[in-house]
Amino acid sequence: MNIVVCIKYVPDWEAPASQFRIEDSRLVPAPGIAYRISDTDDEAIEAALQLKEKHGGRVTAISLGPASARDGLKHALAMGCDQAVLLDDPAFEDSDAAGTAAVLAAAIRKLGDVDLILTGRQAADWDQGQVHAGIAEFLGLPAVIPARHIEWTGSEFIVHRIYEEGYEEIAVKPPCVVACSNEIAEPRYPTLRGIMAASRAQIPVWTAADLGIDPGRVGRAGRRTRVLRLYAPQVEAKCEFIEGENPEEIAAKLVQRLREEKLL
Amino acid sequence: MTAEARGIVAIIEPADGPAGALTAEVLGVARRLGNDLNEPVTAVVLGETVAEVGPLWEFGADKVIRVVHPLLAEFNLDAALGALEPLIRRENPNVVLMAHTFQGRALGPALAFRLQTGVATDCVDLRPGAGGGSLVLTRSILGGNFRAEVVIDTRPQIVTLRPKAFPPAEPTPGRTGTVEEFRPEPDPVRVRQEVRRRIQEAAAEGVRLEDARIVVAGGRGLGGPENWHLVEELASALGAAVGASRAVTDAGWVPTSLQIGLTGKTISPDLYIAVGISGAVQHMAGVSAAKTIVAINKDPDATIFRYARFGVVGDAKQILPALTREIKKALGKA
Ligand SMILES: Cc1cc2nc3c(=O)[nH]c(=O)nc-3n(C[C@H](O)[C@H](O)[C@H](O)COP(=O)(O)OP(=O)(O)OC[C@H]3O[C@@H](n4cnc5c(N)ncnc54)[C@H](O)[C@@H]3O)c2cc1C
Ligand SMILES: Nc1ncnc2c1ncn2[C@@H]1O[C@H](COP(=O)(O)O)[C@@H](O)[C@H]1O
Repeated sequence: MNIVVCIKYVPDWEAPASQFRIEDSRLVPAPGIAYRISDTDDEAIEAALQLKEKHGGRVTAISLGPASARDGLKHALAMGCDQAVLLDDPAFEDSDAAGTAAVLAAAIRKLGDVDLILTGRQAADWDQGQVHAGIAEFLGLPAVIPARHIEWTGSEFIVHRIYEEGYEEIAVKPPCVVACSNEIAEPRYPTLRGIMAASRAQIPVWTAADLGIDPGRVGRAGRRTRVLRLYAPQVEAKCEFIEGENPEEIAAKLVQRLREEKLL
Repeated sequence: MTAEARGIVAIIEPADGPAGALTAEVLGVARRLGNDLNEPVTAVVLGETVAEVGPLWEFGADKVIRVVHPLLAEFNLDAALGALEPLIRRENPNVVLMAHTFQGRALGPALAFRLQTGVATDCVDLRPGAGGGSLVLTRSILGGNFRAEVVIDTRPQIVTLRPKAFPPAEPTPGRTGTVEEFRPEPDPVRVRQEVRRRIQEAAAEGVRLEDARIVVAGGRGLGGPENWHLVEELASALGAAVGASRAVTDAGWVPTSLQIGLTGKTISPDLYIAVGISGAVQHMAGVSAAKTIVAINKDPDATIFRYARFGVVGDAKQILPALTREIKKALGKA
């Protein structure tokens, strides 16, 4: 089974907001801030590796991003992916979800012979949850969004798609796109051997020309959406702390305050 | 699609029903936009489940289109796309709105790509652009630490709306409109997925988390599934619904359907009691409509206290049993 995992390399989303600066309509992380594979993209890698371990095949990690995204791909290789490709070209800069999906779709087409394309459910920087749907539509494939379990029966995938009240068992034939939710798998830590191998691995870079992409369709030129303005919403803290000698006293005081506020 | 794109289409979630809370929110936004832009509002209902159209007119729809096909009895992304693509092309609307539910999360972006247009997901605010230009759509990014105002340059502008972020439409009793049926023929070749089974994990009885007036939620600070009963006991004393942080649903202590937050449910209780939850922005994204937050956390510097109206610094394992006893006493259930 040949699987492609799309990973985005993003600034640490757990860093405090004060570590980000707004410059025009861009969010600029402070110089020291760490970059990580986006939330749920590493779970997608793990899900891919588990499927490969069960059914054989190859796992390829791809990322559209600047040269620094290479570190994310190295991490993917260290976890056990067989190959990685970086998609980088000045023409890709400032792509919106449509441009990003177009590039990723072109790269997946170039890789050829793919049974399953995994992504995260939403990248932790812009929280959009769009690129998976775009890849599916550009490639004319079905998509399941978001999934917490995948299994392969030998002829189809059974994907557990989350909905408000539980999950649905969806049967879908390969090739297809599945956007992974955090429940899907616990990402493994790379082994020392994996890290060593990854550090020696060659990561090819594919450009717009390599992918046969018309630069007018991606980057700034191909945008369907634009950011007008960024700002930080204010929360004003106004917490009244309830104190006491022991849990009983605290509980009694809290209940009294809640009653005074007519909340009980 | 071109500049003549006109009208607001609101896609109604069948599970929500004709007079449901989400329907009222989405139609509320649609009606206000319709008035501001002087464009008609069309409610689109997938499947036959919403038989009653009266409430949709009363919430502000001028026209209701029922999209009827056996495959639309429950949500199937491929079937929904196959049905909506020709309909939206025919209607050629300016704006397509839907709720950012699990259906909307999948459908909004996929429909946008199918129609080669742009989408803004999980919007928390919107307003008409200057001079009748593109809508200015406010999204939260980086979990909620920042807000972005975005515009969509293509048509239709597809927008998914965060539940509880917009005021619901006030029904106008007796208001009517037109209704029609659309019978699509989704290309069977393109319906490549099949919903085999739905497994309901959320309790079928009792108040839904989304509708609850009081919610008690637990986080990783509870220490382990063996302590979860403390959350349930407090909730039951209060007649409250139970929720959880992602750390807890991820660890499998409780089903995913209890998850509150950016990638879980949005709630709007009068009282939200968060126990052992740190207050990460992605969690708080789901409770921004809560009126009063009470936080119980052993760390006095926990972020949750920035959002809380009342705070208790202490060990959940000691505070919860005492609080449950006090509540029972106060409510005369002891
Ligand atoms: C894209 C994205 C989407 C996400 N979506 C969601 C979402 O929908 N919902 C969600 O919840 N999270 C979501 N998250 C995860 C979120 O960032 C946090 O990781 C998560 O909310 C943390 O859960 P927690 O507060 O239970 O755990 P922690 O952050 O580990 O906090 C545990 C808290 O318990 C306290 N504590 C420890 N022991 C005790 C004790 N004995 N008594 C009292 N307090 C104690 C600690 O002081 C701490 O504050 C998302 C993240 C990303 C990146
Ligand atoms: N630049 C990128 N490179 C590789 N994968 C991406 C990129 N952007 C988004 N993705 C994938 O698409 C998913 C959804 O992203 P988004 O639509 O940006 O929220 C992510 O979790 C990734 O798996």
